[in-house]
Amino acid sequence: MSGAQAAAGAPAPAAKRRSGRPSALSLFARNQLAAFGAGLLLVILLLVLLTPLLPLPDPAATDPVNRLLRPLAEGHLLGSDHLGRDIFSRLLWGTGVSLLVGLSATSVAAIFGSTIGILAGYFGGRADTLLMRGIDMLMAFPYILLALAIVAALGPGLLNALFAIAIVNIPFFARNIRGVTLGLANREFIDAARLSGKSNVSILLTEVLPNVLPVIVITVSTTVGWMILETAGLSFLGLGAQPPAADLGSMLGEGRKLLITAPHVSVIPGVMIFLVVMSINLLGDGIRDLLDPRLKSGALARPAPFTAVDRPVSQLAAASIQDDSVLAVEDLRTQFRIGSDVYRAVDGVSFDIQPHECLGLVGESGSGKSVTALSLLGLVATPPGRIVGGRVLLQGRDLIGLDAAGLRAIRGDQVAYIFQDPLTTLHPLFSIGDQIAEAIRCHRPLSYKEAWAAAVTLLDSVRIPNAAGRAAAYPHELSGGMRQRVSIAMALANDPTLLIADEPTTALDVTVQAQVLKLLDQLRSRSGASLLFITHDFGVVSEVCHRVAVMYAGRIVEIGPTEDVLSAPAHPYTERLIACVPRLGEPGRRLEAIAGLPPAVNHLPPGCAFAERCPHAEDACRAGEISLDGLNDRHLVRCIKPRRAAS
Amino acid sequence: MLAYTVKRLVLAVPVLLGLTVIVFLIMAMIPGDPATAILGSYATPENVARLNRQLGLDRSLVEQYFIWLGNLLQGDFGRSFNLNRPVIDEVLERFSATLVLAGAALLLCSVFGLIAGVVTAVRQYGWTDKIVTFFVLIGISIPSFWLGLLMILVFAVWQRWLPASGMFAIYGGGDLPDLLRHLVLPAITLAVVATGVIARLTRAAMLEVLRQDYIRTARAKGVGETRVVCRHAFKAALVNVIPVIGVQAGFVLGGAVYIETVFQWPGIGRMLVTAISTRDLLLVQGGVLVVAASYVLFNLVTDLLQHLIDPRLRT
Ligand code: SF4
Repeated sequence: MSGAQAAAGAPAPAAKRRSGRPSALSLFARNQLAAFGAGLLLVILLLVLLTPLLPLPDPAATDPVNRLLRPLAEGHLLGSDHLGRDIFSRLLWGTGVSLLVGLSATSVAAIFGSTIGILAGYFGGRADTLLMRGIDMLMAFPYILLALAIVAALGPGLLNALFAIAIVNIPFFARNIRGVTLGLANREFIDAARLSGKSNVSILLTEVLPNVLPVIVITVSTTVGWMILETAGLSFLGLGAQPPAADLGSMLGEGRKLLITAPHVSVIPGVMIFLVVMSINLLGDGIRDLLDPRLKSGALARPAPFTAVDRPVSQLAAASIQDDSVLAVEDLRTQFRIGSDVYRAVDGVSFDIQPHECLGLVGESGSGKSVTALSLLGLVATPPGRIVGGRVLLQGRDLIGLDAAGLRAIRGDQVAYIFQDPLTTLHPLFSIGDQIAEAIRCHRPLSYKEAWAAAVTLLDSVRIPNAAGRAAAYPHELSGGMRQRVSIAMALANDPTLLIADEPTTALDVTVQAQVLKLLDQLRSRSGASLLFITHDFGVVSEVCHRVAVMYAGRIVEIGPTEDVLSAPAHPYTERLIACVPRLGEPGRRLEAIAGLPPAVNHLPPGCAFAERCPHAEDACRAGEISLDGLNDRHLVRCIKPRRAAS
Repeated sequence: MLAYTVKRLVLAVPVLLGLTVIVFLIMAMIPGDPATAILGSYATPENVARLNRQLGLDRSLVEQYFIWLGNLLQGDFGRSFNLNRPVIDEVLERFSATLVLAGAALLLCSVFGLIAGVVTAVRQYGWTDKIVTFFVLIGISIPSFWLGLLMILVFAVWQRWLPASGMFAIYGGGDLPDLLRHLVLPAITLAVVATGVIARLTRAAMLEVLRQDYIRTARAKGVGETRVVCRHAFKAALVNVIPVIGVQAGFVLGGAVYIETVFQWPGIGRMLVTAISTRDLLLVQGGVLVVAASYVLFNLVTDLLQHLIDPRLRT
């Protein structure tokens, strides 16, 4: 599921306004922009390369009679400057100079910076410290200021400007490349090369360099635009190109004096710098997308605050039979759409929870149990998730399709969650008291002070020692067990009717697990809340759950009272899960003990999804849909084997 | 926090010393013999030698550095031979003008960059996102000195809304409204690039944070979306954006060189450019040192700010 969450989904009508286009489309758009940048740059480069061949006036030929002609004047496409020189011709020649200087500066910076970075990263130790201290020193200067100091020392001139800009860009290369090299230096293939007796030089050239090359390319793509801009800037200030030589910057600088009378003389070279830099930046973005796989997967799609709902209209009918279940889930379906693949993470799940009851939801990771829990209050990330069918009746009221305000009013109030890893699920920058107080104030009109006092009481009730003092602590200052107690306190803040605990003890030490479990059980029975307890561990189920539902590949394969299921598991999968419970003296016996992996839920075979791993599988299992049928009125199973045994 | 502040201040000392070393070395790179330069090419060798001794140039480079450093520490940055005035006086006066300009620009780019970043993250791939992203792209590609000229053309020449220049000195002269009128165009121009960069990185940081588990927890608590974005996500993103603002401060301080030249702002950037053209090297040296040192101090402030926001750094 985590894989599914990391990627983005397909176009989603209902969610379009909020979460919008899929990453594939946006990447395409970016590629279009990159292509546009590449095209523009190509045109400029071609013009520059062809400049000597074009029938253009001599860029240095002055013509005092035809001074300051406007663009489109006869014989002067872009007009003429204060000495009557043809601006178009000067523009093309100047662009060539600017590009040449910018690219040379980039090459110098890339060569020296990468060398420093590779050496520092590869040799480490003293060499690293020394080199990187020097780099840090250079970075302590405001960028262009150091370039100015260098030009001041070397004297104005295009070549000196080139060196100055190159030097101030060396740190960017050195830092980036050192980072990657450091990561490479201890990898096996480098060790292997060392053992095989290769010299450092040949390792650096044949093993390290090819691997850091993408990073060098990325750094070039980010800095080259800057360097062209800055060399032009130095020329603009009169510190770069000296007359009669001219680059775009010095043309702009000279034209500036005539800004009011003849704006085109300075505006035109500026447009060219802008176009050059923009085309390079666009192309650079494209290159980065290509070389940086993290961006490619569209991992940065923002999850919307509510899961998108895309449910057939027929299911919008009023609530069914009004019974006294706290929660009744009917045929819930949640999918992840990634590209053209549809992952049926939850595929027609139905169950109910009675007042004061604890239902266990058991399965391997990827079975859909967490997605089921998150779907109840629309907390599945969209994109890529969406709820495509079913109903979630909380005391008879359908939560699916409820508007944002309605859903928010229930979240944390009537239904509260306890998540798996409190280190990542508690906000690292707010004190625990503050986070609990916020949970209270979301649903009750208390002052901050009153809410804080209530938070302290809650912390006390989950047996956090010195609750009043600890309330001001931040999550990272507490132990894992303490943090999970905080999560529990936060979940209990508004006396929920239903608690949903998603693997609440999995991230904890074994001894702490037992304590937290016991605490949770006590608090639940005292408050009278119902509990949906999600776990992969049947050992835990036997301690707290009245009933248990086993999930596999997005479906419930067995559901029944805990004692019945434990003593006589009807589904082969359940059997294996129970066999996997770690026993005293046999640590490490876990779910991995089941041969094979749960199937990917995008291309499920017809028939039983467990058939691939099932020791009792036969042709009938794969023939078609197997229904969830009752062994008795409380114990249901989705398998042909027990039915056969019964008949 | 106090202990940390002290610690950071102490750690800043070697950085400041490093700055002086680099500046000293750059100035030592200057080709030619200063004594000959001062006395002219007709000077006798004895005169040159005597002046060299007076200037301390017959000593070793290390000795020279420490003598020079000692002078700096006493506030003696030498005299500008063009202005015939102590370097430190000129530098501080000019630097205060730059601080006003750069401070205004930094304020603008932080506020607008952060807002644009948050808005584009929340409206990811929406129209607002596309429009802002487009302007960000322009912002980071545009040469600021050219943008300054355009601003003058549009707002000072064609529309005559605001003055293009006429800021003669930071002290004396006009009152506050007058200063602000002169400040608007250069400050905006100086802020444009940094705004783009900050907006881009804020957007990325917000998108990263909004996927975190603790954001889901906040939503599961029933926290409203505005509060989730503005409080939970923004604070976490800020931790990553503050160092970026620190880096941008360096670009803003450096970029002031162009903007001051374009808008005739009496700041240290313009002073440096003039001083470089007139080879008034002591003035260059003093100016660079003061700006670089102030940048180190500013980074120290952003560092402390980050510590204030992120309790994980405090332990
Ligand atoms: S239906 Fe067949 S394959 Fe599936 S669990 Fe039962 S026996 Fe095994």
